[in-house]
Amino acid sequence: MAAATEAPPPLAPPGAEKKPPRRRGRWMPYLLLLPGILWLVVFFALPMVYQASTSVQTGSLEEGYEVTWHFATYWDALSDYWPQFLRSVLYAGAATVLCLLLGYPLAYLIAFRAGRWKHLIMILVIAPFFTSFLIRTLAWKTILADGGPVVGALDALHVLDVTGWLGVTSGDRVLATPLAVVCGLTYNFLPFMILPLYTSLERIDGRLHEAAGDLYAKPFTTFRKVTFPLSMPGVVSGTLLTFIPAAGDYVNADLLGSTDTRMIGNVIQSQFLRILDYPTAAALSFILMFAILIMVTLYIRRSGTEDLV
Amino acid sequence: MAFVDWLKRRLVVIAGLFTLAYLLLPNVVVTVFSFNDPKGRFNYEWQKFSADAWTDPCGVADLCGSLSLSLQIAFWATLGATALGTAIAFALVRYRFRARGAVNSLIFLPMAMPEVVMAASLLTLFLNMGVQLGFWTILIAHIMFCLSFVVTAVKARVMSMDPRLEQAAQDLYAGPLQTFLRVTLPIAAPGIAAGALLAFALSFDDFIITNFNAGSTVTFPMFVWGSAQRGTPVQINVIGTAMFVLAVLFVLVSMLISNRRTKQKAQSRSEPL
Repeated sequence: MAAATEAPPPLAPPGAEKKPPRRRGRWMPYLLLLPGILWLVVFFALPMVYQASTSVQTGSLEEGYEVTWHFATYWDALSDYWPQFLRSVLYAGAATVLCLLLGYPLAYLIAFRAGRWKHLIMILVIAPFFTSFLIRTLAWKTILADGGPVVGALDALHVLDVTGWLGVTSGDRVLATPLAVVCGLTYNFLPFMILPLYTSLERIDGRLHEAAGDLYAKPFTTFRKVTFPLSMPGVVSGTLLTFIPAAGDYVNADLLGSTDTRMIGNVIQSQFLRILDYPTAAALSFILMFAILIMVTLYIRRSGTEDLV
Repeated sequence: MAFVDWLKRRLVVIAGLFTLAYLLLPNVVVTVFSFNDPKGRFNYEWQKFSADAWTDPCGVADLCGSLSLSLQIAFWATLGATALGTAIAFALVRYRFRARGAVNSLIFLPMAMPEVVMAASLLTLFLNMGVQLGFWTILIAHIMFCLSFVVTAVKARVMSMDPRLEQAAQDLYAGPLQTFLRVTLPIAAPGIAAGALLAFALSFDDFIITNFNAGSTVTFPMFVWGSAQRGTPVQINVIGTAMFVLAVLFVLVSMLISNRRTKQKAQSRSEPL
């Protein structure tokens, strides 16, 4: 990011940062920034500091808390709740992979094949945003209900035998199992995968496909060597936009799962709002934050698109 | 073999439509079950057709109150986040200044943070300050998390703007204010509108951050959450269906209008002077 501001003009991507500095009013940018940045500092950054301080406090709700630099809270939280942490990473990871597998064809369809249906499909992808996601998640309870058509079909196709053997469903039910939670997570974050994928696919010059075809590349080879590599920025931002919120989510695990599918978000929520053990809750949410920051940084490094963020 | 070939060529379309069906299935279920007449408190099993809930959408205690509260909060949050965010976006695109990197990170972080972390930390702030939780704390939180999204949307639009348009306006002796109001703002308007729409949807639908910072105030998503435990009235499905239909209509109409405008422009351009 810092390097991009000083890049010489010929290297800058088209359309980005080509404006020369304006001389009038040196104080102008600060004046524009001040209210918004102040808001973020006071209600986003400062709370993080408060939370950091809470996480190293000891005491009780009745007698009050005091900062005692009690770092053991972190260790205790981690050793008590590592299964929930692991589960969050696994569920969010599975949902992200499923979102990519499901979202890519639809993004591809909108970008290259939809023709005059393009706008309508786009509306149908975005419109559910305006219906409460809680209502839609509750609808999955009806869809996956015990003895319902979906479960019946999965059973008839012997899918439930396989998923049961894998341990993601139990017996002849899907609700209250890991499969239902992952299904809900996939559903809820799918648009966050489709939109960035679509944006990056849309930018691809159609003539590149023709060129690949002229050079005798089969459609799949064209996809593997041309389309997919060029859509990498979309893949990276899509997977991040899916994985991060999914890892912290507790709504799907609560509505579609059982006590065996509790994720770390559920633990943080109940520690904060029901058990009122603020130091443990704060420590847990910091561990979640750092775990995600580390994973995201490694991922961005590996995928080699650091200029993205 | 012909069928296999046909399938191969259509694979992307079929897979894409399957995903679209997966995305829309819950909306279909919500719509169908808005015409249900459930036995007992929960509306998860189809009993028999009834349009009662549609004729009496406010028939459940507190439901419409929570809905109007959510609309109010979404309105003010959109206004606040759009004003603050648009100003930041302009500053970021138009000016070179120190701490630009730091500002960019501060904008990026709220979007990259799990909601539960932001929700919990904001609650620790309010608890430490002894602030009474309710309307104002919800509004503060919503403006906070909508802000970054508005900045991103407006920034994208302002970046793709041709700076020569403003220079041309100044060459024609337009003052700074006049240039801004007559040239810059109209061009940036679609970006600002997109940002505002996004902020409204995010605020109206937010549950996680609101759940932490609402105290005993009940917004619409919190009403739905509570009803999942106590029993879901059919009216919830009615409102879900109505919102979906309204959203589709709204987008369709705005698209028709912008299509007509671009057509008109194209026509007026092609006419000889």
